[in-house]
Amino acid sequence: MSTISVSVAHIEEVTPLVKHFTLVREGGGNLPAFSGGSHVVVAMNIEGRTHRNPYSLMGSPEMNDAYHISVRRQEKSRGGSVYMHEQVKVGSKLEITYPVNLFALEKRAHKHLLVAGGIGITPFMSQIEDLERTGANYELHYAFRSSEHGAFSDRLRARCGDNVHCYVESEGQVLDFRKLLSQQPLGTHVYVCGPNAMVVALIETARALGWPENHMHSEQFSAPTSGEPFKLKLTKSNIEIEVSADISMLEAIEAAGVDAPYLCRGGACGRCELEVLSSDGPLLHMDHYLTDAEKAAGKKIMPCVSRAKCNSLELNL
Amino acid sequence: MSLAFKKETFRDDYTFRNSPKAIKRFPFPFAEDNYMYSVNIEPHSKGATGSVVEHVFDIDEHYVAECEDKAKTLLLDPSRYQALPHMMDAQWDFLELTMESLSADYPELFSLVKEGKRWTWENKPLGIKNSFVFGDVTTLDMEPFEYMARQVQGDFVLLDQRNGTLYADAGFITSQADWSLAFNAGMAWHEWHGPVPQVTKLGVMDRALKYLMNLQLGSPVRRLNWTMTINPRLDTSPENYPLWGSDRNKVTEENVGDLVHLRVELQGLFRLPRSNGILFSIRCYLISMEELSTYRRWAVRFHRILNSLHADLVEYKGLTKFRETTIKWLSRFDDGSPVDLGTHPE
Repeated sequence: MSTISVSVAHIEEVTPLVKHFTLVREGGGNLPAFSGGSHVVVAMNIEGRTHRNPYSLMGSPEMNDAYHISVRRQEKSRGGSVYMHEQVKVGSKLEITYPVNLFALEKRAHKHLLVAGGIGITPFMSQIEDLERTGANYELHYAFRSSEHGAFSDRLRARCGDNVHCYVESEGQVLDFRKLLSQQPLGTHVYVCGPNAMVVALIETARALGWPENHMHSEQFSAPTSGEPFKLKLTKSNIEIEVSADISMLEAIEAAGVDAPYLCRGGACGRCELEVLSSDGPLLHMDHYLTDAEKAAGKKIMPCVSRAKCNSLELNL
Repeated sequence: MSLAFKKETFRDDYTFRNSPKAIKRFPFPFAEDNYMYSVNIEPHSKGATGSVVEHVFDIDEHYVAECEDKAKTLLLDPSRYQALPHMMDAQWDFLELTMESLSADYPELFSLVKEGKRWTWENKPLGIKNSFVFGDVTTLDMEPFEYMARQVQGDFVLLDQRNGTLYADAGFITSQADWSLAFNAGMAWHEWHGPVPQVTKLGVMDRALKYLMNLQLGSPVRRLNWTMTINPRLDTSPENYPLWGSDRNKVTEENVGDLVHLRVELQGLFRLPRSNGILFSIRCYLISMEELSTYRRWAVRFHRILNSLHADLVEYKGLTKFRETTIKWLSRFDDGSPVDLGTHPE
């Protein structure tokens, strides 16, 4: 897959937990233009192992002299966010993929309703630039824990004026989904990015209010979770490998030198889908791509985030 | 690169011909003796020097005549260019991709100078030179998609990605193999592929859609498609069927070599950066049976392809009226001996 070599030009501590990295092309020159809501996958070399995390591109898609990403330090990190916070310095070199957009604005919407929770603000940082540029009708509703955790809230107020509404949880300000969603004009599209519980609550509320499915958009990247180790048989490659407790199936496949497709590495895009030939235990689907019926059928799996609780799993790869 | 552009026509007196060099680089699509649809997609990376895939967009000896034919078709029927309002970002993406590719690949023919957002474009073969502000539609005489689609050989569709599918929401279509932009504009993937026989059964369209939805910026892909056309006519549109449809009845054993053409489409698919849309480019190459038979293995292979073609495809591609005559004409080259795999001429 095509990648771009970048180096870190600037690091800003936005909140006690969030760092904003400015990335420029190695050797100079512009980076590809992109569309609001896009992300890149950043490859990091952590103790000899390649670790890849997706991060939303912030800032104006028109300003392609640099890319901007923000990383929240995750408490239960598998290493990626801690590495970005502790090891990556100004001048560090990283490999990134070309931008991918799994959270695109619906250009024909009459109104765009953006709902962010915490670090879920990042994809909206580029979307608002597209919306401002095209003069679209939009509102951004941004909820965060306490004022010191409201990353970019001052910048957003300056950029978006009355279009932005902040909700500070510690000050008892509550974002009432039901109230917000029930007062929108027909033709509104809602976009939500934030913690899983928030995304689910908003989508369920919208559904209960009769919003059309194709007017609801969410972006959720799952990080691969740790689990029990198991054996993986790759039929076409004719090899058997071990998936240890703290790495994903996709990482184990890559470490074995087998070329497997991927895009988002967060269970969202479906690109890495593999066919399950056999398993002597249940599949643990963690992705947002397969339908419930597909998950129950057990014929497909997304190796970027999912695992199996088994001794041996056989894949058609 | 020095290219002599031919003066020729794709209508009326049909003076279009391929030079020996153009015949040799013809994108012959059949590597085997049998043909069936498949998801025959490969990366659109730089191909062999002199081949039709050496550059992002191929400019050949027919460039000027083909652009003139486009302009005529559009003048007679303005509906060949359509773009829905939400496709403006994709239009600028198209302009940027074509201008940057052509000026980098053919610096003797095209140049692009950027001073911030003020761009100056020069097209020497067509005698065009304009300065404009990138992103400001009022600084060009026409919409950016139409402006550049007039200056690149082939047809172009801009697809919008939404609702889990792709919509044909803009197009510049003047050399189509019997399909209509006016009819297909705004349609979703499965709607416009509805009439294609055999593919639903094969699941080809579902797989191709899934693949395209994940098409990546910086990693364009291509495939070849084919049909047959009587006379070297680019505009075989349903709108103009009365002008070309009856030509199918005129094929005889005497004129088949000159009249019957293999029509190959080099189709490209590019993810577009600002719009997150997809560009679908369809470049048409025509070669007469006489020209094709310059290389015996091509004539033999095409004879076998036509002989074994599935009846549904014969009907869908509109070959019924002249297939037998063409097979008979091509049979003189085919002694039944095996032809090695591959699409090469010699």
